[in-house]
Amino acid sequence: MEAASQKRYVVRSTQIAARAVGGEMMIMSAKDSTLFTLNEVATAIWEAADGSTPLDQIVNQKVCAAFEVAPSVAMSDAEDLVAELSSHGLLLVSDQPISGSGSPAKETP
Amino acid sequence: MATVSTPSGVPGVIIEIGGLPVRLRVSDPEFIALLQERYAGFVTTTSEPRFEFDIDLQPPDIDYQDRDVEVVYDAGKWSFARGDFYAEWNPAAGRGRIRQTANPYSIDSVMRILHTLLLARESGFLLHASSAAAGGRAVLFAGVSGAGKTTMARLAPTSATLLTDEVSYVRKLPEGYFAYGTPFVGELNTPGENLKVPVGVLYLLRQGTENKVEAVADAVAIQALLESILFFARDSELVKLVFETAADFVRQVPVRKLTFLPDARVWELVLRDSASQR
Repeated sequence: MEAASQKRYVVRSTQIAARAVGGEMMIMSAKDSTLFTLNEVATAIWEAADGSTPLDQIVNQKVCAAFEVAPSVAMSDAEDLVAELSSHGLLLVSDQPISGSGSPAKETP
Repeated sequence: MATVSTPSGVPGVIIEIGGLPVRLRVSDPEFIALLQERYAGFVTTTSEPRFEFDIDLQPPDIDYQDRDVEVVYDAGKWSFARGDFYAEWNPAAGRGRIRQTANPYSIDSVMRILHTLLLARESGFLLHASSAAAGGRAVLFAGVSGAGKTTMARLAPTSATLLTDEVSYVRKLPEGYFAYGTPFVGELNTPGENLKVPVGVLYLLRQGTENKVEAVADAVAIQALLESILFFARDSELVKLVFETAADFVRQVPVRKLTFLPDARVWELVLRDSASQR
């Protein structure tokens, strides 16, 4: 059996407030007021989460190309970040491209 | 003390905090007297109220005494509820009603909640912080419970004027951020003076073994500020506005970490430091 496509797409929720502060990104969930501060690498992923670029492509283009990090480590860290932010509703995740930020997306395991 | 007659004939008191006059109408003369005493210095007869509330005094509801505060917006109306009060407010109509027991704490809580909602749309906030006016500027002292907010208020020199020992009132005007005195009292049980003063410095309090002031990174300042802002509403739009205001405040107002020994010398440092931040 062929392996299914592992492409995952992420998009920023509209139910947030965010602001770049001193090289970091501060994000607050408008739903539960949880506050996150993203470092430079996480900010790069956050800003590229447009719903149409697959996560692995974001990691390759925005993380591996800009920071000294092994692709496997970068991908693992990105998956952890996406899991954390999506659990608070800050990122929406889908196995299909997501049109329109904040639109409902099917969660993938 | 002034009691204002109203079109409905029910007597009322206009209480102006932060430049936002609110009329409370209640038929019980004893409760009117209580309001006038508690909010003395903030009662006005000259300002036209922006909002009006009718108060219905009720016996205590034993079943709901321990209920946590809930602030919800639905169908054009805010509702605030806790064990000892229930209030509804229609912002568009400028009117509301409060059902509560005849005690000063319930109306105080309703007023605090109301002002958090009003301020969220006016680039302002209520802050768990004591504050005082000194040298024409307000210095604010924020921190967790036990950090020293009341201590800083108690140690203030006679040249400083207390704005509050409990809840600071901050509002953005075209000229910048201003702190207002409030009648919301804490451990000192002393209401603030009804003044409006430009905000000079926000100090984040830590008790320590020496008096010192340190710079704070903007991200740390925003996080600390958000942790100290009073906000009760489950409302995405207002949460976003509060976040934006906190970030803007930190961009415009110096936020510093103040480690201090609880004696009067800390104020010498505060006065020197706040003057240097102008």
